[in-house]
Amino acid sequence: MSRNTSRREFLLTAGGAAAGIGLASVIAVEPARATPATMQEAIRKVVGPARVNPGRVKLELPPLVENGNTVPLTVKVESPMTAADHVKALHLFNEKNPQPDVASFRFGPRAGRASVSTRIRLADTQTVIAVCELSDGSFWSASVNVVVTLAACLEDA
Amino acid sequence: MASALINAPPRAKRGEIIEIKTLISHPMETGYRRTQLGALVPRDIIRLFVCTYNGTEVFRAELHPAIAANPFIVFSTVATESGTLAFQWTGDRGFSETESVAITVD
Repeated sequence: MSRNTSRREFLLTAGGAAAGIGLASVIAVEPARATPATMQEAIRKVVGPARVNPGRVKLELPPLVENGNTVPLTVKVESPMTAADHVKALHLFNEKNPQPDVASFRFGPRAGRASVSTRIRLADTQTVIAVCELSDGSFWSASVNVVVTLAACLEDA
Repeated sequence: MASALINAPPRAKRGEIIEIKTLISHPMETGYRRTQLGALVPRDIIRLFVCTYNGTEVFRAELHPAIAANPFIVFSTVATESGTLAFQWTGDRGFSETESVAITVD
């Protein structure tokens, strides 16, 4: 190697360093918000290696939400709810809140009906996904796209 | 401080599916908000809600910060026998609240 760094070498190193810094800042910024990828990861964590089929779950959410701080939501699954065939759990996920999990509801055959209503927060216009786990080990899901006018979570306290 | 409201039918027929509505006052502080000085407001949420029917668990909800303030949960159960429906909420900062209602099944 020559003692003088050539212009080409210098540019290469400098470019690499700049790219490194850029990448680092992207990584540092990321946890502020869940992404579709982190949502998929959260779903994977609950579901495991099983396949998630579309259907059977009914997710009711208003398509247009004025206030993301309280969004009424109902999830239902048609099921006989007997000891042999019932819904074990219902999980809710979102794409763009700071955290992908919303809630997990667990039922037994004594729940009678696999239906839950609650109120959630949504930080942005996004897709909400409900995944249900049946007693036979299969997973079913439904998703709804919601437009949010006033976002939750991010305002000052 | 916290107070809970339960709406459940006091009487039911055996085998009937009853709907139970629960509401509890709680700020459900997400832990992502900042004060105007930039300090992060620590998380303070209810993490778990459990409903037991004469000691047997019938419904359980694991909550995250994405649940709105004053968690409102509606679910159902089968009226099997007379007794009590007990509800328990537990959360951050040692939050724990219990409530129970009596039900007569005939």
